[in-house]
Amino acid sequence: MDLLANLSLGFGIALSPYTLMLAVLGCFIGTIVGALPGLGPANGVAIMIPITFSLGLDAVAALVLLTSIYYGAMYGGRISSILLNIPGDEPAMMTCLDGHPMAKNGRPGDALVISGVASFVGAFLSTIGLMLLAPALSRIAYQFGPAEYFALYLLAFCTLGGIASNNQAKAAFASCLGIMIAMIGLDPNSGMARLTGGNLHLYDGIDFLVAIVGLFAVSEVFFFIEKHGKQGALNIKIDKVTVPWLEIWSTRWVMLRSSVLGFIAGVLPGAGASLGSFLTYVTEKSIAGEKGKFGTGVAKGIAAPEVGNNAAAGGALVPMLTLGVPGSGTTAVLLAVLVTLNITPGPTLFTDRPDVVWGLIASLLIANFVLLAMNVPMVKVFVKLLELPPAILMPGVTMVSFVGIYSLTGSYFDLLLVVLFGILGYVLRKLDIPTVPVILGILLGGKMEKQLRDAMVLSDGDWTYLLSSGISIGLFVAAFLGFIAPMFLRKFLKKPQLPTD
Amino acid sequence: MLASDRIFGAVVVLGALGYVATAAQIPAPFFSDPLGTRAFPMIVGSCAALCGAMMVWRPDAEPEWPGLASLGALLVATIALVGYAYALKPMGFLLPTAVVSAILSYQIAPRVVPAILAGLGLSVGLFVLFRFVLGLSLFGFPRGWF
Repeated sequence: MDLLANLSLGFGIALSPYTLMLAVLGCFIGTIVGALPGLGPANGVAIMIPITFSLGLDAVAALVLLTSIYYGAMYGGRISSILLNIPGDEPAMMTCLDGHPMAKNGRPGDALVISGVASFVGAFLSTIGLMLLAPALSRIAYQFGPAEYFALYLLAFCTLGGIASNNQAKAAFASCLGIMIAMIGLDPNSGMARLTGGNLHLYDGIDFLVAIVGLFAVSEVFFFIEKHGKQGALNIKIDKVTVPWLEIWSTRWVMLRSSVLGFIAGVLPGAGASLGSFLTYVTEKSIAGEKGKFGTGVAKGIAAPEVGNNAAAGGALVPMLTLGVPGSGTTAVLLAVLVTLNITPGPTLFTDRPDVVWGLIASLLIANFVLLAMNVPMVKVFVKLLELPPAILMPGVTMVSFVGIYSLTGSYFDLLLVVLFGILGYVLRKLDIPTVPVILGILLGGKMEKQLRDAMVLSDGDWTYLLSSGISIGLFVAAFLGFIAPMFLRKFLKKPQLPTD
Repeated sequence: MLASDRIFGAVVVLGALGYVATAAQIPAPFFSDPLGTRAFPMIVGSCAALCGAMMVWRPDAEPEWPGLASLGALLVATIALVGYAYALKPMGFLLPTAVVSAILSYQIAPRVVPAILAGLGLSVGLFVLFRFVLGLSLFGFPRGWF
């Protein structure tokens, strides 16, 4: 029983008081970040990365803290969706559709409890799925050579932008932009400076943490300034929170189905939690039919997307850990964490650093229970936070991000780059160009080039080598289909509008 | 009109072509692998140029750009942040943070007194958090003051 032995190793690490404390802390911070409108898992983790590193935590501790924040933010995202009708992040959007109507019908407490339990079921089942699937996938990944990895990276770039964006050209441009930025700096093969324009600050390349903080956190501040902090006021009062057992029990099959669907959506490279919540909501809506009254505030309509988005969050960790290819925006940010910690994700991670993998998995299991406790009985604490005015919150977020970067690199040049990436992020988002592929490009661009060059070295410059194995051909075909398919599917997969107040 | 995507696409095409041209002039190293240092950046740059051309050819609906007042606010915020980048090292944490967070706060909700209070509160609060709770090495004041 490898699994049990590994799990006991993991729990041995996760149950140490220090790690446990970090997991609880991470869950708490994550739920806050998720609950605050405008801050989601990606920017929440992005802001926390530099701070975490400045604290000098070791690999396991840092990873536990940051993934707890990640899971916490997935839970917390529903709070502002339900109460304010403002999704805290993209995946929480579908929760607005039934959650907000139910809150307006005078049952905000029930909506929060149902969605909290749904989050737990989705996250818990998908963590178990991760536990079973990841080791198996990592064994397959041993057969990957440079050609296969190159094809895999291409697949990630082709699918990541595809589903999230409305325009393939824009998504593809975002990926290219990221890779182009990754090329700046010293060429790893020859050691010569490339595309630096002679600027010494650029010889080390552009740190992806700088890009992440700029694109996610600073650009968000610009959006708040543009809107002058106008947002829905909290006019829904919560009296007392009771658990609607019967209603939760009535959604049991919805939760099971949605867990499986959400997990699969998460495992697909590049699809992620937004797709998970979208697919599960649409599926359950069509299963329930007209009688289901989806959109009017029914329990199933809250449970489905919330299970889906949390299940996808767990699923997205599978390709990230086993192949080093993130399945969503936030896992792209987590990949940045691993890379910075000098941990190479991929099949060897499971054999070389079992403490990291299994410690992480055990921490996630524990984090789930902590989050359930925080998000059902203690949910009113987080609701209070929604009253925090953005005029205090957003400058605070900016300062935390700046100090994080500054204490990590100590360079004013990097702070200037953060501002520059903030402006870039603002313009890109205005033009409906996704920013996640840019991050992924900066992260994976160098590796993608290296794999391609290694493949060419092995084959002595013969391009047909890239198509020499079944796996790589399959990946190239999947990449092509993944890029083409959304153009045709877009007609059928229209995103529903948010309910209007 | 659909001008935004067209203009941005044109900028992308020009930028990407410039990138390809720059990449083409990377000097060749003594010992090179079959692909070399130039090929990959040139391929990616060409893809980007192609995407830019697509944006010019088939632009999306025009986004809602902010009015002049909001644009001014964004400009002020940007200048404040750039100033912060330069000021943080020589002037310590407390003063620049108070000023810049007050400016940002005022841009989000334009009320003078709450903005100043937010600036002061954030500056002192974050300093205590970073310096004493998290133990980061930050300097509160310009060096040599105390």
